[in-house]
Amino acid sequence: MDSKLAIYIVKRMALAVVTIFLIITITFFAMHNIPGGPFLSEKAATPAVTKALEAKYGLDKPLSEQYTTYLKGVAKFDFGPSLKQRGREVSTVIMTGFKVSSKLGGTAALIGLSLGMFFGSLAAVFHNKAIDKIIMVISTAMVAMPSFIIATLLLLIFCVWTGIFPANGNEPGGLILPIISLSLYPMSYTVRLTRSSMLDVLSQDYIRTARAKGVKPSKVLFKHALRNAVTPVITYAGPLIAYIITGSLVVEKIFAVPGLGKEFVSSIFNRDYTLIMGTTIFLGALIIVMMLVTDIMYKVFDPRIQLG
Amino acid sequence: MNNINDLPKKNPLSFQLNLKDFEKATDEEKAQQVRMSESVTFFKDGIRRLKRNRIAMACLWIIVAIAILVTIVPMVYPYTYEQQLGVAQGKRTDSSYNNLKPFEYGETELKRIESGEKIFPHIFGTDASGRDYAIRVIFGARISLLVGFFAAIIVLIIGVVYGSISGYFGGKTDLIMMRIVDIIYSLPDMLMIILLSVVLKEVLTPKIEGTSLAKMGTDMLSIFIVFALLYWVSMARLVRGQLLSIKQNEYVLAARSIGASPWRIIKKHLLPNSMSVIIISTALQIPSAIFTESFLSFLGLGVSIPMPSLGSLASDALSGIYSYPYRLIIPALFIWIIVLSFNLLGDGLRDAFDPKLKK
Repeated sequence: MDSKLAIYIVKRMALAVVTIFLIITITFFAMHNIPGGPFLSEKAATPAVTKALEAKYGLDKPLSEQYTTYLKGVAKFDFGPSLKQRGREVSTVIMTGFKVSSKLGGTAALIGLSLGMFFGSLAAVFHNKAIDKIIMVISTAMVAMPSFIIATLLLLIFCVWTGIFPANGNEPGGLILPIISLSLYPMSYTVRLTRSSMLDVLSQDYIRTARAKGVKPSKVLFKHALRNAVTPVITYAGPLIAYIITGSLVVEKIFAVPGLGKEFVSSIFNRDYTLIMGTTIFLGALIIVMMLVTDIMYKVFDPRIQLG
Repeated sequence: MNNINDLPKKNPLSFQLNLKDFEKATDEEKAQQVRMSESVTFFKDGIRRLKRNRIAMACLWIIVAIAILVTIVPMVYPYTYEQQLGVAQGKRTDSSYNNLKPFEYGETELKRIESGEKIFPHIFGTDASGRDYAIRVIFGARISLLVGFFAAIIVLIIGVVYGSISGYFGGKTDLIMMRIVDIIYSLPDMLMIILLSVVLKEVLTPKIEGTSLAKMGTDMLSIFIVFALLYWVSMARLVRGQLLSIKQNEYVLAARSIGASPWRIIKKHLLPNSMSVIIISTALQIPSAIFTESFLSFLGLGVSIPMPSLGSLASDALSGIYSYPYRLIIPALFIWIIVLSFNLLGDGLRDAFDPKLKK
């Protein structure tokens, strides 16, 4: 690893740390600007109860002290208790939900990326043939569909009209539709990315040389072309994670999957402020770390990329 | 001088002018001087190429048609988006108006039809509160388009101003301004939007009560505020990058040397030359704003009740999906067509205006 790359990685990590810190700060102060404060949305609270609650959560202390206390808590992955789910810690709620969501999101990401690369290469190999056109029309149409539209239409077709899959994410096989809904958009995007970079690579001289040497067509495709064509796809991995996380909010709501996304959405409706804060920080940090990993991987994999 | 050959022969050593060089041009020669084609500006050239792109033009017409539809129809339509048809003053709520199927009528309406009156049909039926669904969808599409356009304009203004300052002045100014952009750029936008809409809803609602802004709703306002806070960064980056390369040109140096102010140089020389990038990115900003708005509305963070938006209509339809699937399909189809048209138009604009892709 040369020094330039090391400097880049350090810079990039510093930026990530600053951003995560900023997210915590924004979340904290945003929530504290809500009239009545984040912990006191109970309507019928007598002054005595209010006082007791304030003392319990340290709200009677100056804001700066509360802020440092919260920061220390976040560093230890302690977001305090949930307001509406009595007796549960926010961190427990997040971890329970994340177990389900990571399974769902991870599978969707994997399916989206692999099928996307497959169909993208297929379209590039059969450039301007019927198969290429069909793939492009479908993926263009898919990219214009918000995740909740895809999810609700799938629900309509496979649960309401035909009843092939259960509409509830808790039942066996119930995760199939959420996974499909989450993976269709990333798949279509990957198809477009792979296709254009593959077309670019396939017109390069070294591909022609390989073919002229008599290398097997499949080997040319997979060893020579695809390896060089995947770099733009790697850059997409970061935004993909961000998409899947936000997409899971609606998809989990629609299919009643007991994941973090559903937890987050219901916390917005219940005004469960500690849970909103905790989930925002957790998901935000997750997205930023994924972006960081993507960017570093990109530079490591493709030394031709100029370091900026 | 009709016959040039009649002239005396010129001495090769004399300085006398060669009269052959001063002949009148013949018509044929004149014709060669006529410009064969109009000189085209960059804009005309781009638009000409855009016009040749059939898909992009079709999408442009679809967008124009939808825009006209959503502006005119609410003006002439006999029902309004908030009017509960079964509710009349001094009478009991007539629940026969709730959940009408397409082209069905409520009880009182049926009586009026029997007596020979003509009643405008409920093309898509009514919703659970007895509101005409067709006008709600059209109004929802109007909200979506408005959000798209205004968000794009906000992003355009902030991004261009910020990017121009950063790109033109360069040096330390640029460094600091771009670090700020880097940080905002890496914030997860959707999460921040959700957080800010939750907070702004609580904070703004008492503040704007009674003003004209209240009608628009705090959620709508918070969408715009969030766009103004977060979404301009990619535009600022683009504009800065363009300016950094364009300001190296000699004509900028020339303008500076005759004492043109930085503002004038940016306005007259730098921005017009980076117009293509700005147009393309603004066009692509619109569908992304519509996406965001429908997403938020679907989560219940978008426009406030009773105002409809395509996202909230789809979300409301979810509870009645077994009985009234068309209520989901119609707004879904609308969002899809709008976003698809803008996407394809944006692609067409990029092909037409991106000089790098010029053949």
